[in-house]
Amino acid sequence: MTYTLEGNTGSWEVVVGLEVHAQVISQSKLFSGASAEYGAAPNSQVSLVDAAFPGMLPVLNQECVAQAVRTGLGIDAHINLVSRFDRKNYFYADLPSGYQISQFAHPIVGAGAIDIELADGSTKKIGVTRLHLEQDAGKSLHDQHATKSYIDLNRCGVALMEIVSEPDMRSPEEAGAYLRKLRTVLRYLGTCDGNMEEGSMRADVNVSVRKHGEPFRTRCEVKNVNSVRFVQQAVEAEAKRQIEVWEDGGTVLQETRLYDPSRGETRSMRSKEDAHDYRYFPDPDLLPLVLDEDWVESLRAKLPELPDAKRARFTQQYGIPFYDAGVLVAEHITADFYETVATGRDGKIAANWVIGDFFAGLNRTGHSIEDSPVSAAALGKLLDLMADSTINGRIAKEVLEVMMDTGEDPAAIIDARGLRQVTDMGAIDKAVDAVLAANPDKLSEYKSGKEKLFGFFVGQVMKAMAGKGNPALVNEALKSKLG
Amino acid sequence: MMFFDLSIVEAAAGLRRREFSARELVGAHVDAVASLNKRLNAFITETPELALAQADAADVALAAGTAGPLAGIPLAIKDLFCTEGVRTTAASRMLANFVPPYESTVTANLLRDGAVFLGKANLDEFAMGSSNMTSAFGPVENPWQRAGSNAILVPGGSSGGSAASVAARIAMGATGTDTGGSIRQPAAFCGVAGIKPTYGRCSRWGIVAFASSLDQAGAFGRSVADCAVLLGSMAGFDPKDSTSVDRPVPDYVAAARRGVRGLRIGVPREYRMDGMNADVEALWQSGLRWLRDAGAEIVDVSLPHTKYGLATYYIVAPAEASSNLARYDGVRFGVREDGEDLIDLYERTRETGFGDEVKRRIMIGTYVLSAGYYDAYYLRAQKVRALILKDFTDAFARVDALLTPTAPTAAFAQGEKMDDPIAMYLNDVFTVPASMAGVPGMSVPAGPDAQGLPLGLQVIGRPFDEETVFAVSQVIEDAAGFSAKPQVRAGA
Repeated sequence: MTYTLEGNTGSWEVVVGLEVHAQVISQSKLFSGASAEYGAAPNSQVSLVDAAFPGMLPVLNQECVAQAVRTGLGIDAHINLVSRFDRKNYFYADLPSGYQISQFAHPIVGAGAIDIELADGSTKKIGVTRLHLEQDAGKSLHDQHATKSYIDLNRCGVALMEIVSEPDMRSPEEAGAYLRKLRTVLRYLGTCDGNMEEGSMRADVNVSVRKHGEPFRTRCEVKNVNSVRFVQQAVEAEAKRQIEVWEDGGTVLQETRLYDPSRGETRSMRSKEDAHDYRYFPDPDLLPLVLDEDWVESLRAKLPELPDAKRARFTQQYGIPFYDAGVLVAEHITADFYETVATGRDGKIAANWVIGDFFAGLNRTGHSIEDSPVSAAALGKLLDLMADSTINGRIAKEVLEVMMDTGEDPAAIIDARGLRQVTDMGAIDKAVDAVLAANPDKLSEYKSGKEKLFGFFVGQVMKAMAGKGNPALVNEALKSKLG
Repeated sequence: MMFFDLSIVEAAAGLRRREFSARELVGAHVDAVASLNKRLNAFITETPELALAQADAADVALAAGTAGPLAGIPLAIKDLFCTEGVRTTAASRMLANFVPPYESTVTANLLRDGAVFLGKANLDEFAMGSSNMTSAFGPVENPWQRAGSNAILVPGGSSGGSAASVAARIAMGATGTDTGGSIRQPAAFCGVAGIKPTYGRCSRWGIVAFASSLDQAGAFGRSVADCAVLLGSMAGFDPKDSTSVDRPVPDYVAAARRGVRGLRIGVPREYRMDGMNADVEALWQSGLRWLRDAGAEIVDVSLPHTKYGLATYYIVAPAEASSNLARYDGVRFGVREDGEDLIDLYERTRETGFGDEVKRRIMIGTYVLSAGYYDAYYLRAQKVRALILKDFTDAFARVDALLTPTAPTAAFAQGEKMDDPIAMYLNDVFTVPASMAGVPGMSVPAGPDAQGLPLGLQVIGRPFDEETVFAVSQVIEDAAGFSAKPQVRAGA
């Protein structure tokens, strides 16, 4: 299924590449000892290096290097054992040194790839061109004072990974799928929290359009898009704009644009002519970064199981559908939750309950899996109580709802509310007799061949037993009475 | 008590023998600074109270037997080293009010060993210059004068205040920094010894940066041995400087006594230039004869890329400077000139904060890094730089050290060469190649020229072989027997 946009001159193909800035999870900044934690009071996490005082020098944080290498390994990328830091020079108030230390010519990670899955079930490989380490800038606050701008340097110097894709995506859906998959991989690796609202992951979206079979046309870069939804919207809006330009006889100019979500359109930020001359050159304060191959291999050996591998294993080990496995592995914490529930139990039942009633319960109560009132162990216990016939499935759903609301233990809820399943044949027979006696007309219809009324009798008996009858025993009793 | 002719080595011994106190030694120097600095302008900031307090602390440590090797020794600190609580200007209006809340690693090492700081020595603005004429705090006067002339001479640069204060005997030693000759050339002009060690030997942390891949701290003394003592304290690995090198600091004082018997000394033929100053040429020949007489073998060598040294230096150093000096924007520290908006504030601050030579180099550096010019200038300069290093590597496969003049002439007068930046840049022609290669170089006073001004010879050694540099320099010092005093001290 090919995504195209229809213009006056026929259909257009959309070409998308993403540059994702992912904030590295680390204790301290890329080149200074200041804390990299989010949300502290303004300018409370600024070292003399970050503030670019005279004579201060950068010292590379090895943990940030390890995180970049882990990420590279996680996307099957080539690790460059020799890389280099360059200075990108420009003046701005939130860039104290007047240059950003980045990796321009020789990035730490080379070519890799990410597999994405699309709604129609197909998969596609998206190339990753490179990944490099760089410093974040500080934050300019323009809304604190009528005439002044305020500067917060807490973020200044925090490590970012810039992950550049090939122009391999052909639709908003693919761009969204790539971004979600990349975020999942980063979270699995523990190298970036992927939190787009806090700005720890942002995307620059490169968009161009072309007629089928053509070489690439000029692209525009939509800067700093901060959600998957907005990335998808920006691709479509920008592609439509470009199609209009081309079809009106114009030429799309290479430029940097911004996406305005409130108006659903992109607008020009600066043209190529206004582009900065960044005067990149190797940072003379830092030696080339040389990695030891054994060290890289030791990081590889300690990589966690990644989503694609986990999904394949879940499918095989627990016998669950590929689609369900995909839902379960989308977040590392969900996969771990599921695996705790499934261990020692029926994997399919566990999957149905996690994806079905448990997710619904989280939704209903406004919880995330991180702060779920029901632990994986508690949900497992509930499934055990169902498996040993203490309760039936209908009652289990009720119990889970109570667990979601109160956080109580399932056994305690069952006891306190008398929800234990009735397996006493005497009690079941009595209920069956009462139902048959109360419905003589239905009984005669059944006896004259309307056998689908069996379900009606089951329902009536269960209702009479307040839902607590053991379904198998109720069936058995009804069958024997109805002959 | 006559303190001013003591070497650091002698003074340290005298202090330990309790012949005099640190208070007396430092007090005499504090007084000398107070009386002579008005004329010499060798210090931008004098710190007499601090110096005397440090002297008292040294006396306590000396009495307790816990004194470091430099306890009570009064030094001048080039005003490019950040000193905690003491204004650090880099001789620029831009930092006229800057008081660092931190101490550079090199000066912290000296303080650890008990040294006393008399104040912050004048220099060319941001260490950019060869005459000390670019200082925003006025030029430094060379304590030396030509025989029969009242012309005021420059002390060389950029570490002109450091060299002048040691020559004038108002400081026993001094720190300097050398990017293309900023220790060696002023040492030669002022008739003192000065060493620029191997790049990476001293930490650059806390030194206001000029050109990061070239900047290196070093020492001035009135003798080779004094330089050895000072460098031994200043040098060492610093994890805060990624370009500092983790290797042990040898005993330089002992190394200086090794002699040169059996050493091979190279004479780079490219340093013999047409129209070379006859006194300089004659002194060079004397130096070679002294070394031969002391048992060294003299060998002709070639450093074929020498002629490209200055040109590449004046691409690489300004390029790095243009980036390093971007932080002086008036926002967080230093001088600010308010403006209509952010860009206006930057422009006004940098227009008034920087002097002409600094602006010139920022413009050169910005130009050579610009898109379209980077490959032709910066990248090519880096390739030539690699060839210059290879010249030295090849030469050091055959010889143990090189001997050259330090500078093409003796000190010139204030006002000379001022209208032609290129003529000024030529001062560094003999010192720049060693800077580009990162190898150690030392200037040692070797004799007066016909006008009675000091001239220096430069000893260049293998990377991290300062020991041989000191040993060769010591032989020259001993043979030269240069003992003249500058006019300002002739009657002292």
